[in-house]
Amino acid sequence: MNPSLPPVDPLRLDVRNLSTFFDTDEGLIRSVADVSFSIRAGRTTALVGESGSGKSVTSLTLMRLLSRTASTQVSGQALFTDRAGSTVDLLDLKALPEPAMRRIRGNEIAMIFQEPMTSLNPVFTVGEQIAESVRLHLGLDRAAALAHARRMLELVEIPAAAQRLHEYPHQLSGGMRQRVMIALAMACNPTLLIADEPTTALDVTIQAQILELMRRLQRETGMSILFITHNLGVVAHHADEVAVMYAGRIVESAPVRCLFASPRHPYTQGLLACLPAQQRKRELAAGAMAGVDGKRRLYAIRGQVSSPLAPPPGCAFEPRCDQARPACRDAMPALLSAGPARAARCILVAENLFDATDSA
Amino acid sequence: MTRYLLSRLMGMLVVMALVAVIVFLLTRAASGDPITVLLGDQATAEDIVRVQKQYGLDKPLTVQFAYWLKELSQGNLGDSIFLQRPVTQALWERAEPTTLLALMAVLIAALIGVPCGIVSAVFRGRLIDQLLTGFAMLGASIPSFWFGLVLMQIFAVSLGWFPVSGYGDPGATLIERIHYLILPSVVLGVLNSALIIRFTRASMLDVLGEDYVRTARAKGLSESVVVLKHALRNALVPIVTVLGLTVALMIGGAVVTETVFGLPGVGNLVVSAVLRRDYPVIQGALLVIAMIYVVINFLTDLLYLLVDPRVKY
Amino acid sequence: MTFGFPLILKKMFRRRIVLAAAICLLVVVVMSLLANVITPYDPNDTAVSQRLSAPTASHVMGTDELGRDLFARIAFGGRYSLTIAVLTAIGSIVFGTLFGLTAGFFRRLDAPVMRVVDAMMSFPDILLAIALVAILGPSMLNVVLALVLVYTPRVARVVRASTLVVRELLFVEAARAVGVSTPRILWRHILPNLMSPILVQASFIFAYAILAEAALSFLGVGVPPEIPTWGTMVAGSQQYAHQALWIVLFPGLAIILTALSLQLLGDGVRDLLDPRLKKSM
Repeated sequence: MNPSLPPVDPLRLDVRNLSTFFDTDEGLIRSVADVSFSIRAGRTTALVGESGSGKSVTSLTLMRLLSRTASTQVSGQALFTDRAGSTVDLLDLKALPEPAMRRIRGNEIAMIFQEPMTSLNPVFTVGEQIAESVRLHLGLDRAAALAHARRMLELVEIPAAAQRLHEYPHQLSGGMRQRVMIALAMACNPTLLIADEPTTALDVTIQAQILELMRRLQRETGMSILFITHNLGVVAHHADEVAVMYAGRIVESAPVRCLFASPRHPYTQGLLACLPAQQRKRELAAGAMAGVDGKRRLYAIRGQVSSPLAPPPGCAFEPRCDQARPACRDAMPALLSAGPARAARCILVAENLFDATDSA
Repeated sequence: MTRYLLSRLMGMLVVMALVAVIVFLLTRAASGDPITVLLGDQATAEDIVRVQKQYGLDKPLTVQFAYWLKELSQGNLGDSIFLQRPVTQALWERAEPTTLLALMAVLIAALIGVPCGIVSAVFRGRLIDQLLTGFAMLGASIPSFWFGLVLMQIFAVSLGWFPVSGYGDPGATLIERIHYLILPSVVLGVLNSALIIRFTRASMLDVLGEDYVRTARAKGLSESVVVLKHALRNALVPIVTVLGLTVALMIGGAVVTETVFGLPGVGNLVVSAVLRRDYPVIQGALLVIAMIYVVINFLTDLLYLLVDPRVKY
Repeated sequence: MTFGFPLILKKMFRRRIVLAAAICLLVVVVMSLLANVITPYDPNDTAVSQRLSAPTASHVMGTDELGRDLFARIAFGGRYSLTIAVLTAIGSIVFGTLFGLTAGFFRRLDAPVMRVVDAMMSFPDILLAIALVAILGPSMLNVVLALVLVYTPRVARVVRASTLVVRELLFVEAARAVGVSTPRILWRHILPNLMSPILVQASFIFAYAILAEAALSFLGVGVPPEIPTWGTMVAGSQQYAHQALWIVLFPGLAIILTALSLQLLGDGVRDLLDPRLKKSM
């Protein structure tokens, strides 16, 4: 359960107990289980986790982009407040049938994906693909839509936009294509942008540019961003709130500064400890000299994520946790409040014990 | 792009050369004595000497091959023993029914196969997909002669909707000719649609799994627009390629259907040539048929170049 | 890379239709093998008084134009049709694998071998088969030889594609690095990994061969008409089709059933394919 937030900005998206299960031949896969988080208007919430933690499935579930087969079971609520101020549950198939959801997709809620190289249709020009969205949602005619598309390309700082409009995706570099994807997403002035690992496939220098671009657009338009990533460095600089996922569940959520300053969940602590920069800090704090003393190892969380088909009986992280107790194996801990506007799913939180390795 | 074109062209020429060698060797192996082949049993002594000189039959095999190539380059495929005319003429006379049949059959195969393949891909795993895939497999298991005989029995003999066999009178119009071709092209078309369904389904599934299809859905486009505009456009090129190659294969490959329905086509010609040991015809027909396939194969490669914008620039 | 045979069977037969196909095929094979046991009639026994009689209790599938029991002919004919098809499948697999492995493994031989394969595949299957039988003369063995020559290129192409994939796998490099000789690499490391695609192809070639032999025999350029294969049966009786459709219907159904079962089985085996090899097909 999400602890109640102080009334700062209105909630753009309020996800409550979202679950996505896949019924496969090999068994039931609980890809996303009991996930709750929220995004405030004009703010960025980051969803952090390693591959397989369920973060991409979460975003696809919200957009209802999962393949609609009988073996997919979705439950929970995703309350979305649109431009006009009315709230609707994205997962309610009766109140929000597919045609209505389609009016939201690409319009109120836009999504950009990880692979810019393959996310654009190779047989249509860049301009046509943006214009298509505009014509669909804003009802403009062909000429007006293309003009709008050109403005979008300029908005994302693509040089020679008028020319690029008539070019094909293969004529653009990876960074450019991602900008086009952003332009496509922004074309109808969305209130929520879901960015699923938008910079992972790009060069480091381009990454910074794209992230800056997104930040600027957020400032100018006031849209919210759901930022999905496994890169904590990015999270530190670009997110307001963070939710950490492990094995399909939220294990910790907090405002960004608090999370980095004092992580409560052992997994989060482990993730932060893995950052080389953090290690240097720890060593300096412990008084060791960098590079002189020889044996220095990069910290890694031991073990591996368990198979989704055979989850451990209690806490999912327990097999890899250095602070595990026998009680951890009994039952999955509940997500409990760990401070103002924060929560963590750990027995230590329940017992109000915080680990001594808190780094300042 | 020119480099790609040139390498494909080279490949085509090599294959064409190999085809010529294969046809030459096949016919030599079949006929044994080339003189009897060319002149039949009633050869006079002068004829024998003349032919020997003309075709260099006293020289080694490779030289004979060269002579044959020389003749080929002048468009001379030899003369048919039984039909008493040049092979080229015999083939040309037979070209119309076969070509028409091939085109009509592929049209039917495409009209059935492509939509079914699309439906099969879109509703993957559901009942309609299983039924269509089953139908496709069934189609690939039915012998064309059997299907032809059964359909002929039902529609031509019992119901009388179509002529039983033949291609019509010498002065028949195109429409009348087509009437004769409807039943055979339905036979070929339905059976070949099996292949088209499977191929279209595979091609569509490939494309539907691509990232840009997910992007299209994320834009809020309706599923039919996603499938028919975004996906199909990309899936179509390989499908059209297969259709082109199917036409090529049917020229000569439709021999069974031509036989069942008594159509004076190219395949039928080859069978009767085999039964009558008319080696020039066998040789010429095989050569032409294979060459057509090689050329169409090359042209479909070109099609890829033209249609895929990625390779244009 | 050998896993338990019973495990393979169990996985493959999870789809009921594949199981049904296997049973069907088994029935056809057994029926042919035990032909002299299951039917009281001799396939060559003519009984002109009973010619062209429709299916009845005594003649389950009717009789043909010479009064011969159709069911007996189909059962016995199955022996010939199936034998030809099996031999063809085995032959094309053996030679096709040989050429495909060579082309896929030895880079310098790849282009020449594949060009020859391309040239062979430029001829429509049936036409090439007709020409070959014309050269070799009509007999069962020659039909097999001709069909083997027709289908070998097809198998070679598939085997080559798989070889290209397997060749790049790490354990092959490792074996090379340790100094394993090339023939040994081919035999012990690469070939076992080609078993799945090869089995799939074998199944399909078997099916194609049944259809091809029938077509050749129907045209009169296959096995000599005295040999009762399913194809020659239809060829001999086709002019009576309007009087007695069953004469043509039942042999055709036998062909369809066998070919369909084989294709379903091939599909079933294909579902077992190693996923990394699946990508190349």
